[in-house]
Parts: sequence; structure tokens; C-alpha cells
Amino acid sequence: MPSSLDLRVERLVRDLAPQVVGAVVRRFHDFASSEDAVQEALVAAVTQWSRDGIPENPRGWLIQVACRRMTDYVRAETSRRAREAAVVQESGLTVAPGMDGEPALDPDDTLVLLFMCCHPALTPGTAIALTLRAVGGLTTAEIAKAFLVPESTIGQRISRGKQTIKASGIPFRMPGADERRTRLSSVLHVLYLVFSEGYTASAGADLHRTDLSNEAIRLMRELHKLVPDNGDVAGLLALMLLTDARRAARTGSHGELIPLDEQERTLWDRAAIAEGVALASAALSKGAVGEYQLQAAIAAVHDEAARAEETDWPQILALYGMLMRITDNPMVALNHAVAAAMVDGPNAGLALLERLRDDHRLRGHHRLDAVRAHLLERAGDYGAAVESYRAAAAKTTSVPERNYLMSRAARVQET
Amino acid sequence: MKYMLIMNSPRDGYAQYMKWPRKILEANVAFMQAFSKQLKEAGELVSAEGLASPEQARLVRAGNDGKPITDGVFPESKEFLAGYWIVDVDSPERAFAIAAEASTAPGGAVTAADGRPIEHFWIEVRQIMSSHKDVV
Repeated sequence: MPSSLDLRVERLVRDLAPQVVGAVVRRFHDFASSEDAVQEALVAAVTQWSRDGIPENPRGWLIQVACRRMTDYVRAETSRRAREAAVVQESGLTVAPGMDGEPALDPDDTLVLLFMCCHPALTPGTAIALTLRAVGGLTTAEIAKAFLVPESTIGQRISRGKQTIKASGIPFRMPGADERRTRLSSVLHVLYLVFSEGYTASAGADLHRTDLSNEAIRLMRELHKLVPDNGDVAGLLALMLLTDARRAARTGSHGELIPLDEQERTLWDRAAIAEGVALASAALSKGAVGEYQLQAAIAAVHDEAARAEETDWPQILALYGMLMRITDNPMVALNHAVAAAMVDGPNAGLALLERLRDDHRLRGHHRLDAVRAHLLERAGDYGAAVESYRAAAAKTTSVPERNYLMSRAARVQET
Repeated sequence: MKYMLIMNSPRDGYAQYMKWPRKILEANVAFMQAFSKQLKEAGELVSAEGLASPEQARLVRAGNDGKPITDGVFPESKEFLAGYWIVDVDSPERAFAIAAEASTAPGGAVTAADGRPIEHFWIEVRQIMSSHKDVV
């Protein structure tokens, strides 16, 4: 069990990480090496501060240590080049004088860093690893542990991501106003992926386990502070909070999945729900309504029902109707069919599913079969329901989900 | 998403392997090493293992007293697991591309019954199940 000082140190170091990276990059104009230097400084801080206490100016401490590493690196690099070429060349790197002075801090650095790490030129896997390290302040080992891959694999992803950034000439600068919109949407996509990855169904979670959902929420909060008026940002933060609020109720004592309508709602996190609802309502009132706001609004309607029977399904159906007008995502159409079934009966839902039968994007996906199984069960067609549950179980790639679908099939068969 | 790329070997595959000419053997080893290195550098490798010859394989089960009972290799098996790679990639297409490249390993070409050489051997690609639930 980590001590409270350990936890405070870890939290502080992570909060400061992006600002420190920003300050060092500004001074040395070399993102790849600066980020490495900051990573070393963060690791040193965790060890030293946990032992000796947190220094008076923790940010200054981190910047100074990282800059010292950078200076060593630049010197080594310069003399290496000098040896190789036998001529002292302009290395492109500058050793800034006055290491004692603190480089200028810019509150927007975190945002600039997010734009850089989530750049669309990077593959999702790379963007995620880079964002978690440079912006989230996680160590390579922690990221590797969270994704269950070797540390060297994450290390390579990060260094390749940096190479891509360098090769594409992506500058450490705030993108222009017209570019910001598309760039922000890739930031949101990456943070959404981090959140989903952490949406684990495992019971008795290890306290030391790097919690990706919490990390995604923390980074979303930072982002929301920087762009408070953006409806998509508020919407996604609300969606994460409203989804994560059900965490304790989502799995049983053996890690088995518990569907929304059977969850023990007193276990839901009321504070997170209140915060999410407030954010979602504020975001909805801000005009242009995007996908994340609507998803958050739907999650809010679910979370506000004290009992499953009290769920305002007509409102959810209307929200899915709006969502379908702005996206042709077949998963949205599937959920729309579920809502229609709750309002107009299972046959109405089954009729809507028929239209999705030939959607090639759903081919081989278990959700279509899973939804059909639920609706057939509700319609009383048990034989067909069992068949669909098993078809879904054969297709899912998630162990808890497969277990859930199999036991559901067995339960229906025995009725 | 993680995939296991499985290399199966026919029953006499190991015996054949032992008889490969030195040139092919060396080319195969070099290919496998370079291939693993490349996957590692791409940040895609989770693990890769080759299995010892099936001659050394044992079938094991618990007897009524709970103690292990061992037996030799199942005589009816036609194929054995020779080795595998586990990769972590962004799409199934990427896993297929890696498998296709692995299938070009020197020495892997199989000769059909009529003496016609078949270019590359098959790699079985299977997705590894996660313990995560999809976000609805």
C-alpha cells in the first residue's frame, strides 16, 4: 500500500509533467530529447521526493533537472559530432545559458502538447502511448503494464512516434484557428480510446494498477480547463464521468458483467453523476450539438433513473434519433433499435434490426446478435434467443462478455 | 488488439527441418531473427516463441490420486504447434500483413504431392480475447 506522500508525489509529478515538457521543449527546440529528459526527471522526482519530501518549487525542480539532462545530452551530442567530423559544427541545438533561471511557462503548453501527441499523422496506438507519457506523465513501464505488452514495445512506439513527428515537421506551436477544430477532434478520439481501454471488467482491481479510465478523465479535466467553452470537450468529459460512475455496479464479485438494467444502482457514484449531468446540460445549451454531447445526454438519462423501470426511454429514443442524424455509425443504429424496443415493444426493435442485417460494418460483430438475442428473449421467442446469444458469444473477443452471453443463453434455455 | 500468429508444422516437419541444407537453415535463422527485431522496433511485438520438437512432448493428466500420469506423443496427431508470435496492432489487416511476411521465411516452401512447390506456408491468425468490455 503506497503511503499518502507517495500518492501525493505521484499525483503532483503527473500534473506538472506537460508544463515541464513544454518549458524544456521551448528552451531546446527538440521535442524528442526534451521529452526523454523530462521522463528521467519525473522518475528521479518520484524516488527523491518520496524519500525527502516535496521541494518548495516542485515545477522548478523538475525543469532544472530535465534541463541539466538536456545540457549533458547536447554536450555529448556536440562532442560526438565534433569527433566524427573533426570539425565543430552547428548542431542545431543550443545550450541555453543561465540554467538557474526558470524558463517561461505557458498555460497553453499542455494543449499544444496534446495536439502534437494526438496528431492525425500518428497511428492510434502510437498517439496513445505518446500522450500518456508526455502529457500524462506516466512511465513507459506503467503504460506497458496497462496495455499488457513488454516495456520495450511501448518504448519503441514512443520513439517511432517522435520520429514521425520530426519527419512530418509538426511544430510545437498552437495550430491555427481553422485547423484547431479537426486537431481537437483527434485529441478527443485518442482520449476516448484511452478511456475505453481502461474500462475493465476485472474484479478486485489492484490498487497499484495504472488506471487508464481515471487517467483519461484526469486529462479530459485538464483539457476542459483549457477550452471551457468547447461543447465537444465538455460532452466527452461528461460522457466519461457518467459512464465511469457505474463502475462499481458493472461487475459482480467474480468479475462477471452485470447489464445496466440489473445493476445495483445505489453503488453508482452520485458525485460523478451530478458533475456529469451538470456538464452535459451546460454543453447541450451551448448551441451546436455534437456526438459526444448526445451520448452524454443519453448516459445522463440512464444515470438519473433510480430504478431501471423509471428510465425515460422516450427521451432516450429521441436522443438516439438526433444522434442518427449526425452519424451513420451502425452501433448508434443498434442502440436506437434497443430504445425503440423499450418504447414500442420488442417487435418494433427487431424490425429495425432487420435493416441492419446487411450492413457490412456489422458483419462478424457480436453486438447485432447480442441485441437481437435480448429482444427475442423479451418477445418470448426463447429458442431463437438462445441461438442468437450463442452466435454473439462465438463472435465476441472479450472474455467477460462471452461469459455473460453464454450464461444468458443457458438461463433462457432453462426457462 | 492482440493476435497470435501460429506456425503449425506437419508431423514430419521437424525431421525435414533437421535435413535442410545449411544455406537454407542459415537463411531461415537470419530471417526469423531479423523479423522479430523488425516487429520489436515497430513497437508491435508482445512475444515470440519456438517450441521444441514434438519428440520431447508429453501428454499429462492427473490420475485418481491427483499425481501426474504421463504418456508419449499422441500418435494420431497430424500437426504440431511449431511456434508463434503475439503482436499488438491497430487493425486485423496489419496482423494479416505481418503473417504474410512471416510466411515468406526461407525453407518454409512446401512441396505438393505432385512435386509442385507451394510458395509459402500458411500462418494461422487468431485474435486474443481481452478481459475488457466494450464501451456501449
